[in-house]
Amino acid sequence: MKFTGTDSYVASDDLRVAVNAAIALQRPLLIKGEPGTGKTVLAHEVAKALKAPIIEWHIKSTTKAQQGLYEYDAVSRLRDSQLGDERVKDIANYIKKGKLWEGFTSTERPVLLIDEIDKADIEFPNDLLLELDRMEFYVYETQQVIKAEQRPIVMITSNNEKELPDAFLRRCFFHYIRFPDRETMTQIVDVHFPDLQRNLLREALNVFYDIREVPGLKKKPSTSELLDWLKLLMVEDMSPDALRSKDSKQLIPPLHGALLKNEQDVHLFERLAFMARREQRQ
Amino acid sequence: MFVNFFLELRQAKVPVSIKEYLALMEGMDKGVSDYSVDDFYYLSRAILVKDERNLDKFDKVFGHIFKGLEAVPGDGVAAEIPEEWLRKLAEKLLTEEEKAQIEALGGWEKLMETLKKRLEEQQKRHQGGSKWIGTAGTSPFGAHGFNPEGVRIGQDKNREGRAVKVWDKREYKNLDDTVEIGTRNIKIALRRLRKFAREGAEVELDMPDTIRSTARNAGYLDIKMVPERRNKVKLLILFDIGGSMDAHIRVCEELFSAARSEFKHLEFFYFHNCLYEKLWKDNRRRHVDTFSTAQLLHTYPADYKVLFVGDASMSPYEIAYPGGSVEHWNEESGQTWIQRVADTYRSMVWLNPVPERHWSYTPSIQLLQQLSSNRMFPLTLGGLDSAMKELNK
Repeated sequence: MKFTGTDSYVASDDLRVAVNAAIALQRPLLIKGEPGTGKTVLAHEVAKALKAPIIEWHIKSTTKAQQGLYEYDAVSRLRDSQLGDERVKDIANYIKKGKLWEGFTSTERPVLLIDEIDKADIEFPNDLLLELDRMEFYVYETQQVIKAEQRPIVMITSNNEKELPDAFLRRCFFHYIRFPDRETMTQIVDVHFPDLQRNLLREALNVFYDIREVPGLKKKPSTSELLDWLKLLMVEDMSPDALRSKDSKQLIPPLHGALLKNEQDVHLFERLAFMARREQRQ
Repeated sequence: MFVNFFLELRQAKVPVSIKEYLALMEGMDKGVSDYSVDDFYYLSRAILVKDERNLDKFDKVFGHIFKGLEAVPGDGVAAEIPEEWLRKLAEKLLTEEEKAQIEALGGWEKLMETLKKRLEEQQKRHQGGSKWIGTAGTSPFGAHGFNPEGVRIGQDKNREGRAVKVWDKREYKNLDDTVEIGTRNIKIALRRLRKFAREGAEVELDMPDTIRSTARNAGYLDIKMVPERRNKVKLLILFDIGGSMDAHIRVCEELFSAARSEFKHLEFFYFHNCLYEKLWKDNRRRHVDTFSTAQLLHTYPADYKVLFVGDASMSPYEIAYPGGSVEHWNEESGQTWIQRVADTYRSMVWLNPVPERHWSYTPSIQLLQQLSSNRMFPLTLGGLDSAMKELNK
């Protein structure tokens, strides 16, 4: 079982090693990085490459660790008791499996994605320590121990909104997805749009990296935004010349909505572009 | 050597523990890194570093240890590497495109022969020297003129050459020192200030009540719902900004960043040195966009808890007399305004980033200490803890 990237995902060497280490040593892999650099996609691609099933657990601010293990549906049981349903006698009928349970009992070794763990309450990671370490937990209602027959490949993504506790970090491997340089970016774009015109790509990347250089942007555009934008450019059949902002009448690149996500950024960019043009004239 | 590496990481304040060290050994044992320095770097980085702001420190230590490695006479290493080169080379040569180019050179056999010869030369040359891994990785081929038009060994896919640079480049430098540092501790302290209450829409099942009601209902199901538990503490933070506070900007940022994510009802305003009739929310527009303190007192109900953050270090006149402000003419003294706030809000504390032991030397601190009826606490975790206790009373 070795991950070497897929035909739709360009994995850098360091990422590849980190993923393989996590697979070989059966530890969870914590992935951080700017939004839109492919953290979540990675889990899908690893699953695809290893031909393993993927189990996704998306974390929200209200998610509790217990929900990942199991939930006891008391309401259904109460209702069934009213209706005289036979199932009511066995409490096991009302235990709803959580994502971790699913992962632990899967027949094939699955990839378990715990997405955006930082969104949850500050204690959430601590509540999962034992479960992720030993890959087992206890169901109080039925008094059984659920133990993973084969430890799932656990991938955890975080956007750094909250700091994770040390005890949790100890149990994980860590990888920070760096923003791709131009060369890697070209590879990534190639993978997604193989028939993109060379010169269009060159101009688009120029514009893209220029925008990322603009100081004070609230949200820098990232890989996923670039890919969206390129798709739009292709749909609109934009010519490379239109992107050459230097001599174009437009201040900001066409279809900028895909790159700049809030109006302050658009204003900022317009102002800078305006100033740059004024300087050119003088 | 690895123990050294481990100890040096600890010395460089990268938090590594025995657990991670053992994991690294396990990883090596299972052959994840595959005898390549490159992969070893990535492997150890994934295992030993848990936070991007430690990556730079790690790179530095790795670079340091790695330099030590260069000085080792290349016996054992030398035996290993040519094979690796050959293997990599062979991999490279297997693509169709390149095969054609090899044909142009006189065929595969001849090429391998030339390559072996080159490598032998290479080995001899380097036996006396010591710079084995550092630069020898892939560049020798280029250096020896073995770089005919097709076989781009160590040109654009210069893996080894780049790998050495990876940690020397120290790409993660600017990730060091983000605002988020240490906020976890602050958040934990702020959690003392939680007052859970059930308000709003009823979305959760109230189990005990449902059972009770059902029993009372002669066994017929009677479901009871309750609203979700939420932290209902409302907090108003007033930051002193500029001047003498510049030295404490970081700890204030940390506090702000932690508080912001902890409380749903959080309002903040800035003032300079002492509280007067005006406050502002945006420091860039502080003279244009102001909020009157009188309005503040009317806008936020008395159940808000007020947190002053400031060093309270100024001339006592700035607090005690009208017109004492350094920035403008204030009709009423700062003292009056602070008294008004204290009268309106029952829960009020002052957090002071100045170490507590210096407080007694600054008259203005003592003055404000009195004004806040001894509810001034140092801006440390301990102080924060006591302040939260005070606010909870």
